[in-house]
Amino acid sequence: MDFLSQIINGLGIGSIYALVALGYSMVYGIVQLINFAHGDIIMVGAYVTYVVLVVAGAPLWVAILASILFCTFAGVLIERVAYRRLLNMNAPRISLLITAIGVSIFLENLSQLLFTSSGKSMPNLFPNQLLGLGEVQISSISLINISTSVILMVLLQILVNKTKIGKAMRATSEDADAAKLMGINTNTTIAFTFGIGSALAAVGAVLYCSAYPMITPYMGGMLGLKAFVAAVLGGIGSIPGAMLGGYLIGIAESLTKAAGGSQITDAVVFGILIIILLFKPAGLLGKNVQEKV
Amino acid sequence: MSVLETRNLGISFGGLQALQDVHFSINEGEIIGLIGPNGAGKTTVFNLLTDVYIPTDGVIELDGENIVGQKTYQITQNGIARTFQNIRLFKDISVIDNVKIAMNSQMKYSVLSGIFRFPAYRREEKEVSKRAHELLQVFHLDENAHDLARNLPYGQQRKLEIARALATNPKVLLLDEPAAGMNPTETMELMETIRLIRDKFQVAVLLIEHDMNFVMGICEHIVVLDYGKIIAEGNAEEIRNNPKVIAAYLGGE
Repeated sequence: MDFLSQIINGLGIGSIYALVALGYSMVYGIVQLINFAHGDIIMVGAYVTYVVLVVAGAPLWVAILASILFCTFAGVLIERVAYRRLLNMNAPRISLLITAIGVSIFLENLSQLLFTSSGKSMPNLFPNQLLGLGEVQISSISLINISTSVILMVLLQILVNKTKIGKAMRATSEDADAAKLMGINTNTTIAFTFGIGSALAAVGAVLYCSAYPMITPYMGGMLGLKAFVAAVLGGIGSIPGAMLGGYLIGIAESLTKAAGGSQITDAVVFGILIIILLFKPAGLLGKNVQEKV
Repeated sequence: MSVLETRNLGISFGGLQALQDVHFSINEGEIIGLIGPNGAGKTTVFNLLTDVYIPTDGVIELDGENIVGQKTYQITQNGIARTFQNIRLFKDISVIDNVKIAMNSQMKYSVLSGIFRFPAYRREEKEVSKRAHELLQVFHLDENAHDLARNLPYGQQRKLEIARALATNPKVLLLDEPAAGMNPTETMELMETIRLIRDKFQVAVLLIEHDMNFVMGICEHIVVLDYGKIIAEGNAEEIRNNPKVIAAYLGGE
């Protein structure tokens, strides 16, 4: 049952893409911004984990918690410093996009300054064992990744659909001006969305480090891009879509590797992006939104 | 006692004086009409009252406190709610959630309490759901509570906008052309509804409307704007016979 093992492997790595894709998708949903600095939040999360765990020698749970809190704070800070004025002035989307790229370059260079450009190697975060279920071999890391992403997804769904801040998020994404007139502080709501997205990216960072224990200032680039592809594949703006897209990209990668195409996995991922943009630009679960006239 | 009062209110866009020296006051439970030809500045008054535009002159007092400079969401929380000339519901959200969103700021539970469904969350959400259903019943929308707002017929969407505005617990309700696009029967119903909510929720109503039968039939006091200035005010009879008003609507001297 090699095929099934590969699927589960794919789901394992896909969980990481899914968690990161959620951040892209939620931020896009609420302010129509492709936040290209989001990938670098993963890098920030990885370095915070490294510093707390290895340099300060704290236990793993402290490192994970610190990473989540720091990234949440970083996400909120980035929104406050880099985007809020542009959003409130109704700046053109292209200005926001360029600012996002600027933030991304800033974060990469800052971490290069602080930690040099040579990679740091991460110790094993979680026990890595192969568990045999009948004929199917599953690595414990895949299992941890999948269950973490599923639990977070469920909590996120509850947050967005059942709580007041979730309703504020949906209202702000539909019509921010009307939401203000219903007594909703849209600035806080947008900042909260950045915070949640970054917290999920931090969890993604920890899971990524346990699978690929090498961190560099530029690690967020490719991972962020693939997560972005996942978000587009699932339908950007859609939360279940981001999860689905993440899993599918993970599976596609894993099957390509298993078929002996390790060198072309990236090509396959971006090939999927091209195909989805050609045939279903709104993504698998996205709504076909018509521009308002 | 007046719940909302403006004095010397004005705004200019570049060189254009869109509103000048607008002054009126609304008492508790009063229904006031704001009328005038197209482009007179009626909706601009609403936009000033809710900080969509910032006035260049004058004061707006809500319960005796100047609210100029407060943010839109704060003004709403402090007691001014509004509807829109062109309907602006949250279309892809259910009818009941549209109403509950407007009650958001009245709920105090924390984010964690929300995710893990602690008692505070359950209690407040239950309370809010109950109030939202009561509100929908007033507008006969209760049956459609779980439909998406976009699937309601036009007349019901207008009602839902009013219900949503009332959900913010306003002292003053601003209605921007509530009867637009309604047939005479629906307009009659709407008049009944507005009287009903005034009595039931003790809210003052300021409304913009072009349908003169509607305005004359329901408003206790009418303010007439033309070219950004108040040209007349009084009760229906006084307005109907005011030569300046007739001139503004029909042209002439």
